Formats: sequence, structure tokens, C-alpha cells
Amino acid sequence: MATQQTRSIGRIAVAPSVIALFLWMIVPLAMTIWFSFLRYNLLDPNPACSLMTPGALMDEANRCLAGTSNYTYFLTDPAFFKAMRNSLMLVFWVLVISVTGGTMLALLLDQAIYGRNFVRLLVIAPFFVMPTVSALVWKNMMMHPVQGFLAWITKSLGLGAIDWFAHYPMTAIVIMVSWQWLPFATLIILTALQSFDEEQKEAAQMDGTPPISFFWYMVIPHLARPVTVVILIETIFLLNVFAEIYVTGSGGRAGNLPFLVYHYGLLANDIGGASAGGIIAVILANIVAFFLMRMIGKNLEA
Amino acid sequence: MGTISLRNVRKAFGDAVIIPGADLDIEHGEFVVFVGPSGCGKSTLLRLIAGLEDLTSGLIMIDGEDVSDVPPARRGLAMVFQSYALYPHMSVRNNIAFGLKMAGMPKEEIDAKVTHAAATLNLTDYLDRKPRQLSGGQRQRVAIGRAIVRQPKCFLLDEPLSNLDAALRVNMRVEIMQLHRQLDATMIYVTHDQVEAMTMADRIVVLNKGEIEQVGSPLDIYNKPNSVFVAGFIGSPKMNLITGPLATKFSATTLGIRPEHVELLASAGDVNGSIVLTEHLGSDSFLHVDCGEAGRLTVRAAGDYEGKPGDAVSLGFDRARIHRFDSQGKVLV
Amino acid sequence: MARAVPLRRKLIFTALAWGIGFVIFFPILWTILTSFKTEGEAVSLPPSFLFFDWTLENYGIVQERSDYLKFASNSVILALGSTLLALLIAVPAAWAMAFAPGKRTKDLLMWMLSTKMMPPVGALIPLYLIFRDLKLLDSHVGIVMVLMLLNLPIIIWMLYTYFKEIPGEILEASRMDGASIGKELIYVLAPMALPGIASTVLLNIILAWNESFWTLTLTTKNAAPLTQFIASYSSPEGLFWAKLSAASTMAIAPILVLGWFAQKQLVRGLTFGAVK
Repeated sequence: MATQQTRSIGRIAVAPSVIALFLWMIVPLAMTIWFSFLRYNLLDPNPACSLMTPGALMDEANRCLAGTSNYTYFLTDPAFFKAMRNSLMLVFWVLVISVTGGTMLALLLDQAIYGRNFVRLLVIAPFFVMPTVSALVWKNMMMHPVQGFLAWITKSLGLGAIDWFAHYPMTAIVIMVSWQWLPFATLIILTALQSFDEEQKEAAQMDGTPPISFFWYMVIPHLARPVTVVILIETIFLLNVFAEIYVTGSGGRAGNLPFLVYHYGLLANDIGGASAGGIIAVILANIVAFFLMRMIGKNLEA
Repeated sequence: MGTISLRNVRKAFGDAVIIPGADLDIEHGEFVVFVGPSGCGKSTLLRLIAGLEDLTSGLIMIDGEDVSDVPPARRGLAMVFQSYALYPHMSVRNNIAFGLKMAGMPKEEIDAKVTHAAATLNLTDYLDRKPRQLSGGQRQRVAIGRAIVRQPKCFLLDEPLSNLDAALRVNMRVEIMQLHRQLDATMIYVTHDQVEAMTMADRIVVLNKGEIEQVGSPLDIYNKPNSVFVAGFIGSPKMNLITGPLATKFSATTLGIRPEHVELLASAGDVNGSIVLTEHLGSDSFLHVDCGEAGRLTVRAAGDYEGKPGDAVSLGFDRARIHRFDSQGKVLV
Repeated sequence: MARAVPLRRKLIFTALAWGIGFVIFFPILWTILTSFKTEGEAVSLPPSFLFFDWTLENYGIVQERSDYLKFASNSVILALGSTLLALLIAVPAAWAMAFAPGKRTKDLLMWMLSTKMMPPVGALIPLYLIFRDLKLLDSHVGIVMVLMLLNLPIIIWMLYTYFKEIPGEILEASRMDGASIGKELIYVLAPMALPGIASTVLLNIILAWNESFWTLTLTTKNAAPLTQFIASYSSPEGLFWAKLSAASTMAIAPILVLGWFAQKQLVRGLTFGAVK
């Protein structure tokens, strides 16, 4: 509902954002794809191209075509399987913990309690803690095997201390990341619960619906949407967890796909291999994104 | 001056044709009401005149000048919106003054105009309030004030009373009519309420599915509807529209007769039936009479009519006041 | 109102909620407390909770040794800079999509959202090389651009959902009143959408402040924000818990306060309007 004139001004108004995002999305991606087919190492000025890939192209930056060898190399690297497994484990466990915990916590906070707003502040706080801080605080002050707070508790209980990052690095990372994302799930589910129609509750009371049935037939379906949104959005962020692993120095044993790519590229300087890894990460994320977009797109109609 | 002419005005959104082609001439100082059911294109027509929508084809002329490609602000029109569309963050004073400021008028002049408009509309005490602190009627007045300070050639009012309660609506109706006389300006008023149309208009334009069905003075339209649609839309309670054998007896596809033109007879009327329901308004009574094949007819009776549901009655039609329509729904002369 | 809840039940739930809330908040509380201890007390067991010699010396030392203020001011520059820059191009875009939508507006919105799905590692290598060649590594301009682009879709989406709630008739009224599109944006839309714009800014400052993929990979010193400042504590100084705590407290305190104000908007922003 607008005139031709406003619509053309509108097009001009949208243009800068569209162009900026288009470049942001397409240029690095195109370059990554290109690099992933190159033998390209920043530290190796003279890669043995001709031996490995006959008829390869050399350019002034000492890069040459590598065919799909980067992919075969990356995909057959044992580190890749470990990273892939770690990535998926991290996403899975953090989702399980934050969604079930968040749902229960949200249901609790939705009850009539004293100081609800204050408790909500306490619960939300971890979400605002920058990942590097959370990594260091957990690694040192909470999970340190000797002087950490958790060690003190387990020792007081006569259980002995656990050296989390030495023996269970993955568990440690999962606990830490869950701590950061539980508030997010809680907050969103709580917001959804509080938007529950008060009259529906009263109608159910008038109908004599027992609380259990009410919960099962009314509350659970009402929560389906926010929970789906939480799962999908968390998945996107969790696939990209980086700082927690980088800062705690757990990359060796608990490193995920992003960390492996970082390791290939910026530590080992293997641009070609890192790019291939990046593309694999992009494909993985796109599978998730596909579902998320459909979900959000549907909500857009309503 | 404030004459507006539409020449074959057409509006379509893609394949959806909203207005297939409208022609209309509005004289200076006229109060013209566009009326029709929702979705009939009356608001779209108004927005086309305002310049808030593009014409698909055709011409719009204001004072003889083609304004089809002129942006809304330079058409010399002012509009009162259904939701009032007041600027919520501005005081009443600034709401009224905004258009003048945009036109770059000197501050003293703006102040004088706003003060004058506020006095006319009884808003002087509210000038420094925000719209949310006002009642519905006051907001309505601010919206009108915002329109009148700009001294437009023509006022466009889009269902301005539909958000007010019934009592206030009657008052505002009178105020708008008085304002119209005072300002000596052209007004185009859109409504779906045929009572507003009948009471306020110099001329009524009845729209149906984007087409102008009939243009005429209120009484013209009431007494000589030229289609079944107009006959059924104008008048309250509705005109009785009878089809079937009874209509054929009068050699029409549809026979129309208003409730006040049906007479209650002891016997031997045009049709017999039994009372289903009586509505007593005090001054009049309206009877709903089930006439079998002819359907349910509404009949006006005296205020103290004592018939009860179940009573059998015979109805006679005033021959001078019957309306006959053909199979296309057009009037037969 | 609903019927009164039995007091016993209310007390049990209250105790439970407060207990859980305390446990969740504990690491933050512990960090804040430790920042006021001496290094000796920080690692002593059993830990002391409130009865220790409160000291502020850690804060002074942290500032002196690692120049907290420089990192903090970088954080402010990057967060504010990227948010305001994004706002500048996002407001017109959101206006156009909310009030003059075309056939493809919805697709455009979804596409913008999809750029958020791109994992940063997919762009890390080329961006690192581009930055290296353009001498943008560790520069304010470079990181501001990256953070701006990173959050642009969220900003546009949030503004779009807020603008959608403003009746179009009001903008049309201003057009009838003779306001040009620019004046319409400045005098009518912006003041009406002010609460929404403020929430958008707030959420994006938080996101930019905590962003720790690009800030860790593309900065080292000159443009490094607090994420990098804290990361630098991961090695030797990490053993000095009181100082680490002081540094951490200073890194999270500003955003914690902002975040508490922005909780409601957070939901809308991070779910792209799917949950309000």
C-alpha cells in the first residue's frame, strides 16, 4: 500500500544494507570455496605442486590447484572425526541440559513466588558474561583440581577432587557452555509462559480440568514453538562455540570444528585445508539453518 | 475553489481490480459521501484522490488541473483518518502545527492559526496535552484541527466517526456539518454507515465492488434507487426485496417495497402472513411478518400497534412506491 | 485475579527458586567476591565468603599492569561504533520494508536472516587474509565493520518488528501534512519508535561487547577489546585469581547492568520476533 514514488525511495533505502550483507556473505564464501581447491600454505613458499597434482597451475602467490585433495585430506584427518564428534556432542548435551533445565526453571519461575523479578535477574546473568570470562572463571576458580570451588565441595563431601580439564575436558566445556545457555532457554520459555492467556487458564478452571491434564493439553502445546526456536537458535550458536575452547586451552582434546579450522589456518597456516574445513562447517550449518528459516518464516505469516 | 473530477479512474493491485473505472465530478463546497459495504473500494478511491495510492490509469483533476502525478502534500488537500493518526509524541499544539511547519510558515503565523483553530474546535484548554491524554471525541477534533489549519481546497474524511461511541457520533456528525457550512470547503466523506450518508450528504455516491452504482441527493437515492444493491443498502430498516411468484405478478424479477409503504389490512392484501416478531421503538413499531413464499417482510406500524407474534395479517403494497428490478438487478421504469 | 495460592506452597517454591537462582549466579558472585581478596585468600581453603580483608588493590594492579582502560575503551568504541553505524543503514532499510513493502520484501528479510547462519569459520580465512593485505588487522575500522555486518541482520529485524507496530496511517498523515520522506523519518517515525530503537541499540551493544570469535582472531593489541584482555589472562597471570577476578568483574559489570535492563528485548531480538 504505497505509491510508486515511496516504493522507489524504499528501494534506495534498502540498498546499502542489502549490498553490505551481500558482499559480507558472498565474497568470503567465494574465496573460501576457491581456496579450498588450492594448495596454499602461508609458510611454504614453494609447495610441491607438480609432484602431487600434475598439470597444476602456479601463480605469483605460489598457489596451485589441488583438486579435491584438501577435502580428502581434511576429511580423512583423524582430528576431523574427533572435532566433528566433539561439535555434535557439545550441541547435543548443551541442548539437552539447557532445554530441559530451562523448561523446568521457567515453570518454577512462572509460579507465584516472592521476589520473582530478582530471581530472574540472577538466573539470566550468565548469558551476559563474555565467553572468555566465563572460560577463565570456570577453568580456574570453579574447576581447578586443587583450589577450585568444586574441588573444595567434593573434597568436603569426601569424594576427592576431580581435575576437570585434564580428565573430562568435554564434560567441563559442556557444563560451562550449558551454564551460559540455560538462561537463554529459561528466559524465552518463561516469556512464552507469561504470554499464556489468563482467560484460557480460567476457562480450564471452570471446566474442572485437573492440573496435570491442563499442563499436558494446554501448556505443552503452547511451549512447542518457543522450545523449537530455542533449539534451533542455540544450535546455530553452539556449532560456532570457539572462545571457551580457545581460552581454556582444551582444543587438543575437546576441540570442535571451528577450532580445528582455526588450527589448520591460523596456527598451521594451511589455508587450503582450513578452507575445506570451513566449507564443511558451512554445509553443516546450512542444514540446521534450513529448518530454522522455515520455522521463522512460518511465524512471519501469523 | 475546490472542484474535483475523476476521469475513468482505475486501480488494480496486480490482477486484483479494486476500481474498474470511476467517473465523478464534485463541485466546490459540496459535501459528498462515498458509501458502500466494506471492501467496496470507497477508501481506495479516497486514497487515490489524496495521492496516497497510485492510479493504474485515468485522470484526477483538482480545480481543472491534472494532479495524477502530484505528491499528496502538494495537492492542497487535507485528510482525517479513521484512526485519527495523531502524532503520539507531539502535543496537540504541535500536532495541529506540524503541516504548517513543514510548509515553512513563520512561527507567529502558525501560532495564530493554531490558536484560531483550537478556539473553533473547543480545544484551547488541551493544547499542551499529548493525544493519549484526550478522549476519543477530543482526538477526533484534533485530527480535524490538523486538517483545517492548512486551509485545504478539499477535506477528505475516511470513516472519521467509526471509532466513537454512538452518542458522541451523533454530536460529531452535527459538528462536522456545521464546520462544513462555516468553512465553505469541499468535503469528501467515506462511511459504511448509510445513516451518516443520508443525514450529512449533499450528494451520495454509492459504491459496490469498486463501481459507482448511483450518484444523487439522499432523497433521490432513497426514493429512486436504480439498482437492487442501492435499494437494499440505503434505508433502515432495509427495503423488503421479494423474488419469486409475487415479484412475477408485478412483472419484475425482484420487487422492492420499503417497510413504511406496506399497509396492514384486515384482509385481501397483496400477500398474507403471520407476525413473527414485533419491535417497539415507541414512535413506530416494526413487524416481521412471515409471508411464506414471499419470504419474511418488515412492516412499519403505528407506535401503539398491539398485534402479537402469531397473529395473521394481510399486507397491501402502496402501488406508487413499489420498485421493480430486472434480472440484472437494474431498475425497471 | 486468580485465587490466592496456599502460603506453604508459595514458600516452598520461593525457597527452591532462590536456591537455584543462587547456584546459577554463584560463579559470578564468587568472581566478584574474589576480586576483593588478596591473592593468598583467593586460593585459601576452605574458602572465605565474606570475612576476609576486603581490598581494592587488585583493581589498581590490573589497570596498571595490563591497561584495563585501553581495552575497555576499545570495547566501547567497537560496540558503540558498530551499533550506530549499523543503525544508520538499518533504519532506512527497516522503514522501507515495514511501510513500503514490495513482493519480495519477505524473501529479502529471510535472506538477511540467513546471513546470520553463516558460520564464522567459513569466512575466517579469507577475511583474515583480506584484513592482512589491507592492513586492517587489529584496527578499529576493520573490527567495527565486521561487528556491524555481523549484527546488521538482527538490527534490521528488530527495527522491522518495532516499526510494524506503528500504524501506517500516521506516516501517511505526515505525508499529507507535507513532510518529505526524510522529515517523516526524523520527526515522526524515529520519535515514535524511540523505545524500540533504544532496545535494539542496547541488545546490539551487548552482542558486540561479548563477541569473541572475530575479536579474538582479528585483534591483538591496538584495537583489542575486553574479550582479548581477558584471554590474555589465560596464561601466567591466570594463576593470580584475585587479579583475574578483578579483571573479569570489570569486563562483565557494565554489560551485566545493561543486560538486566534489556532482558525483554533480548527475547524478541534473539528469536527474530518469533517469541515476544
